[in-house]
Order: sequence, then C-alpha cells, then structure tokens
Amino acid sequence: MKVKYFAWVRERVGMAEETVEPPADVRTVNDLIGWLSSRGEAYAYAFEKPKVIRAAIDHAHVKPDAVISGAREIAFFPPMTGG
Amino acid sequence: MSVTATIRIQQADFDVAKEIAALSKGRTDVGAVVTFSGVCRGSENGEPIAALTLEHYPGMAEAEIGRHADEAMSRWPLKGLTIIHRFGRIAPGENIVLVVTASSHRQAAFEAAEFLMDYLKTNAPFWKREESEKGTSWIEARDHDDDAAARWTKP
Repeated sequence: MKVKYFAWVRERVGMAEETVEPPADVRTVNDLIGWLSSRGEAYAYAFEKPKVIRAAIDHAHVKPDAVISGAREIAFFPPMTGG
Repeated sequence: MSVTATIRIQQADFDVAKEIAALSKGRTDVGAVVTFSGVCRGSENGEPIAALTLEHYPGMAEAEIGRHADEAMSRWPLKGLTIIHRFGRIAPGENIVLVVTASSHRQAAFEAAEFLMDYLKTNAPFWKREESEKGTSWIEARDHDDDAAARWTKP
C-alpha cells in the first residue's frame, strides 16, 4: 500500500510518500503507526505523539482503530489548519 | 432543481465579486447570497509574518470538501454553492478561502456558510506554515476551531 505524509509529519519522516508492505499482524491504523515507528529514528520522531496524528484511508478521515486491509493509500498528518 | 456545488482547489487568486455574480446573476429564485472570504493576516499571535504557505493533500482536499458541500446541501435549501481554497505561498492581504452560499431566504445561506467554514477549518486537509523573520513554522490547530465544528454535529 502507498503511505503519504503531510506537513511536519512529512518533514520528520523525510519523504512525502512510499510504498510499504507491513506484516499481516499490522491490522489497524494504530498498528501501522507502531510498525512504522519501529523502522527508524525519523519515523519514531514523526510518530512520537500518536494522539496528535490524524489519518486518512483512500481520501477519507479514519480513527486509529480503522482496519487497513484493502486500503490503497493511507495518509498521516497533523491536525488540519486550513480555512 | 438539484444544485451542483462548484469546488475549486487552486494556487491562483480568485475574484470574490465574479464568484458572487456567477451564483446569482440572472436568477430570480435567489433571495440571499452570503459570502465568507478568508484573508491572510499580516501577523500571527502579535508577531509580523511575511507570508503563509499552504500545503494540501490533492485528491483528498476535493473529496473532503465535496462531502461537506453535499452535507450542507442536504441540510439547508441552497440554490447555489461555491467553495474555493487556495494552496501555495500567500502574502498578507491575499485571499485564502471563499465560501459563497445562495438560498431563497437568508437563514439557510448564513448557516450553511458558517457550517462549511467550521468544517473546512478542522477537516479539510490543508496545513499552514508561516514565514517570519524568525524562520518558518507550522501553525498549530486551535481547540476553539474543533469546538466550533462540533456544534454542528447532529445529536
């Protein structure tokens, strides 16, 4: 699946998007955050406060317990400040 | 008559008067047009800023604003709706966002415009970064914006 990062999450991870293949036991958005965080310091820094991270699956907002199977694109970003 | 919302996510500036005219010109069923335009301030928390840069999530921005436009049109009897949100570097005094609602009577137009702005603030995937003499920094989300959006949640 494709993972995208925006704003300071993107800056901390050090890239805008990547393709990942998490193991089968990574079922939810929260699991994915945990798995990504284990991949290196940059990820751990980006996700150090998981509660402030927002997520979207295929262009729609989701909660941390959302199941990721079947997702084409998952995005992580800080709270939005548009408008 | 079903209403189709005009939604544009663009880098270029927009002309507020032209957008209002596009919704209401030549129509006799519209009795009220409400416009909200968000403009870049020259200061943030009392400190002068040189510009804002808005990052957005292409694809999701259109989808998310479209969902809120649909909800607004289902909750209020709108005759027309235009939403424009800019991205990229925006200098103080320049437009950032525009919501124009048209209805037969003013209450629907006022309420729908306020609902849409409250949701754009908290749910549309845009992020502002400010530039000042001290460098650049991401603007933090405000709790009162979440509170403003929450008041529209159906019981």
